[in-house]
Amino acid sequence: MISFNQVHKRYPGGYEALKGVSFDIAEGEMVFLTGHSGAGKSTLLKLIAAIERPNSGSVLLNNQNVGVLKGGALPYLRRNLGIIFQDHKLLFDRNVFDNVLLPLQICGFDHRESGKRVRAALDKVGLLKREKSNPIALSGGEQQRLCIARAIVNRPSILLADEPTGNLDAAYAREIMAIFNSFHQVGATLLISTHDESVLQDSGVRRLTLKEGVLQ
Amino acid sequence: MMRAFAQHLAVLRAVLRRMFVSKLAGFLNILVIGIALSLPAGMYLLLQNAQGLVVQLSGTPQISLFLSMDAKTEDVDRLQKQLVQHPAVAGVEFVARAQALEQLKQSTGLSDLISGLEQNPLPDAFIVHPKPGDAQSLDALRGELAKLPRVSEAQLDSAWAYKLEALLKFGRMGVLILASLLSLALVAVTFNTIRLQILTQRDEIEVAKLIGATDGFIRRPFLYFGATQGLLGGIMAWLIVTASLLLLNGQLGALAQLYASQFTLHPLSFGDSLSLLLFSVYLGWLGAWLSVARHLSQIEPR
Repeated sequence: MISFNQVHKRYPGGYEALKGVSFDIAEGEMVFLTGHSGAGKSTLLKLIAAIERPNSGSVLLNNQNVGVLKGGALPYLRRNLGIIFQDHKLLFDRNVFDNVLLPLQICGFDHRESGKRVRAALDKVGLLKREKSNPIALSGGEQQRLCIARAIVNRPSILLADEPTGNLDAAYAREIMAIFNSFHQVGATLLISTHDESVLQDSGVRRLTLKEGVLQ
Repeated sequence: MMRAFAQHLAVLRAVLRRMFVSKLAGFLNILVIGIALSLPAGMYLLLQNAQGLVVQLSGTPQISLFLSMDAKTEDVDRLQKQLVQHPAVAGVEFVARAQALEQLKQSTGLSDLISGLEQNPLPDAFIVHPKPGDAQSLDALRGELAKLPRVSEAQLDSAWAYKLEALLKFGRMGVLILASLLSLALVAVTFNTIRLQILTQRDEIEVAKLIGATDGFIRRPFLYFGATQGLLGGIMAWLIVTASLLLLNGQLGALAQLYASQFTLHPLSFGDSLSLLLFSVYLGWLGAWLSVARHLSQIEPR
């Protein structure tokens, strides 16, 4: 499903974020991406969504080389991905419902159908009762869950999460991980970056560990 | 099809909401565009009316031949034959002096004054309809006819109309220059409005790009905004021109009455109104398009 082959990423200025990274993630697999901050976790996720491009090596997503995709094809690639951002990237000029609606508007969903889907996604993350609130009125954990709802409303086959439990206390973090587990159980492919030890102790989930841009 | 239409409609609704988030600012923008468009549109309208006047008064140029007071009936007959046979003349009308006096009485309402005259001061006259030609050939014909025996004076009635026509051409060029400059201003105003919008919606654009929005999807609301603002500005310009015309016509009515005439300014025709609106929509769209093309590519998600 996701396949890295000898991927190098160097940022302008010479900083090398990834050095010869290779791995494969199968369809329906759930994988943790760990390592200290600055180890290259965010860069790796950005390469998958073609937010950044590799300097060499190939990033394959469903056997498609993401690194060389033309600008016009990017939107359609990203519609297959659900991305949960470290900084949430919520829009504060609209309410919770409309934040989750945005991906469906972008894909051109029918009005009635999208209403149902938005409520289903909000229900899954436990925010159904807050649909009229402004995201600014939500707690950190709720904002994170809203971000998840927006990522899954389009029913993508792949979910990428960048430090989803970053600033949350243990109880909230467990809630979020429970939500991810439920997606895993219905067949989604998940790649979750985290340095949260309490989360990692959980279960026998496969781990990819980055250290200074090299996969351990 | 219906779904696509509903989506475009939703974008339009959102655009209108955004335009009047600040009612005053939205209105002022439209007012500025309206005033900028109403200047050339109003001048164009005045020229159209002047043009109409010229056509009405000089549709067929005429040469009036006034005979000397001592012309006899034989002279008149001979002259008439000569004129009819002239190759550059299409038709001839004879106006006897008595008939001319009668017309003068009726058309000017000076009958009291005229009745008081001891003798008819008017000469016999021919009205010559020349074959179509330019101003110079008509003037040559006038000179030739003036030299005929018993003709005391020949007047080309439309000479002033040709001068006015030249003046109108000058005016039309002025309108064209003004319209070009103000159109440019309108494009610039829209360009800047859209630039500010793109800046304030930077977050939204970035997020939309990250979750799979095409450039078309992101561009659409801005283009609609430009076109809608152009349309409302065009409507504003139309209202300004039409209201000004009504005010002017009120005053003109009183003025025309003093000259015993019924001249009024005609409003913008349906076709001209439609052109005005379409043109302003186009300019708004163009300004938005240029702005979007320039600024949207600078926003790439990081």
